[in-house]
Amino acid sequence: MTKITVTVDGASYTDDVEPRMLLVHYLRERLGKTGTVVGCDTSNCGACTVHLDGHSVKSCNVLAVQVDGGEVTTIEGLAHDGELHPMQSAFHECHALQCGFCTPGMIMQAIDVLNDNPKPTEKQIREGLEGNLCRCTGYHNIVRAVQTASGQESLPAAIEESA
Amino acid sequence: MIPAQFEYVAPTTLEDALQALSEAGDAKIIAGGQSLLPVLRMRLNAPEVVIDLGRIESLRGVRDDGDAIVIGAMTRHADVLTDPLVRENAFVITKAVEVLADPQVRHRGTFGGALAHADPAGDLGAPALALDAEFVVAGQGGTRTVAAEDFFVDLFTTALEDTEILTEVRIPKRAGWGAHYEKFVRVAHQWPIVAVAAAVRVEGGTIAEARVGLTNMGSTPLRARAVEQALVGQPATDEAVRAAAASAAEGTNPPSDLNGDADYRRHLATVLTRRAVLAAAGA
Repeated sequence: MTKITVTVDGASYTDDVEPRMLLVHYLRERLGKTGTVVGCDTSNCGACTVHLDGHSVKSCNVLAVQVDGGEVTTIEGLAHDGELHPMQSAFHECHALQCGFCTPGMIMQAIDVLNDNPKPTEKQIREGLEGNLCRCTGYHNIVRAVQTASGQESLPAAIEESA
Repeated sequence: MIPAQFEYVAPTTLEDALQALSEAGDAKIIAGGQSLLPVLRMRLNAPEVVIDLGRIESLRGVRDDGDAIVIGAMTRHADVLTDPLVRENAFVITKAVEVLADPQVRHRGTFGGALAHADPAGDLGAPALALDAEFVVAGQGGTRTVAAEDFFVDLFTTALEDTEILTEVRIPKRAGWGAHYEKFVRVAHQWPIVAVAAAVRVEGGTIAEARVGLTNMGSTPLRARAVEQALVGQPATDEAVRAAAASAAEGTNPPSDLNGDADYRRHLATVLTRRAVLAAAGA
């Protein structure tokens, strides 16, 4: 066992963990933060994306012990006082989901995209979401949601063209 | 899937890491872990000890060293991508990192880790080889430097001994060269079926110098030397570059798999080389 201290969604936790424990399992099974999901378990799909020290990572591809001293934000840490994060609102407004399984990771990665580039083009949004798979929507409304959250008019013609 | 049990060590100095490595019977180094963790989860490997280099600050960052730039082995891809020294002096590295995996992996994965993993489909080997990078390797007895062409030995196999750690990569400066990394994939954020790294120096419309590296055309990254020689002195035109690129597959031994057989890859190498060189030359 290795002792780690991690800040998750603003709260500090100290725990003994097995070195082999993945961050996603630590979040879900120790902290009960089941908002972050395990999708593919092969670090392909991005459903488990969280922010580690301000940048998006796939939490199934990080050991909990590597995060000692770090700061993690999950999908559960976005809303404050019942107020959704603007990206969550945009996903809601644009109906950027069908089954919803990819949504936690998609929202975390979409926020990372805008952190790097507040006004991305549609192409930049699609490239920024490259590591997140959605098997229902064809990405159409997800891209619109990110455009909406970035305060840019969504461009139906451009989306039609690339769809 | 969960890795098999292992002991975890997170030294804060290179000396401590080398010590831990020499004492452990069956150890693996973890850098960013983006290749190692899938391997451990699928239990393709089950080391007794995992040594994490993530707490060794001296292995991180890019610095100017006169006629070369030096990229610390633990520098994350995302930091290499935005580094102005890399962009100015080794632009083909920037272009390759730009399309390496996906943003999340680029936030965790490291320059040295990816090179030491030596996946023949990895995106950094061909650019490093094309630029004559030098790999600085530390062992308990001291430091040695390995040329890129000697570093890659075989599939997932490098010149690193079991008790050695790759600490940094020196890349001779090539300011003013044009560069491009042309990567052919079937689906998003994957390893290339074939990719080509090209760096060229153009003088008055003529290619004065050219360097071309191939990804996934053999068990290691390869130089397309015949193409390089054929390009020198040629105009940066589609016709001339197409003719030179025709020999891109010379001396290669590409794999056959579900993504394409060896002949298809040989064909791809010529097409992608033409595209990469033309883009690098700004033509």
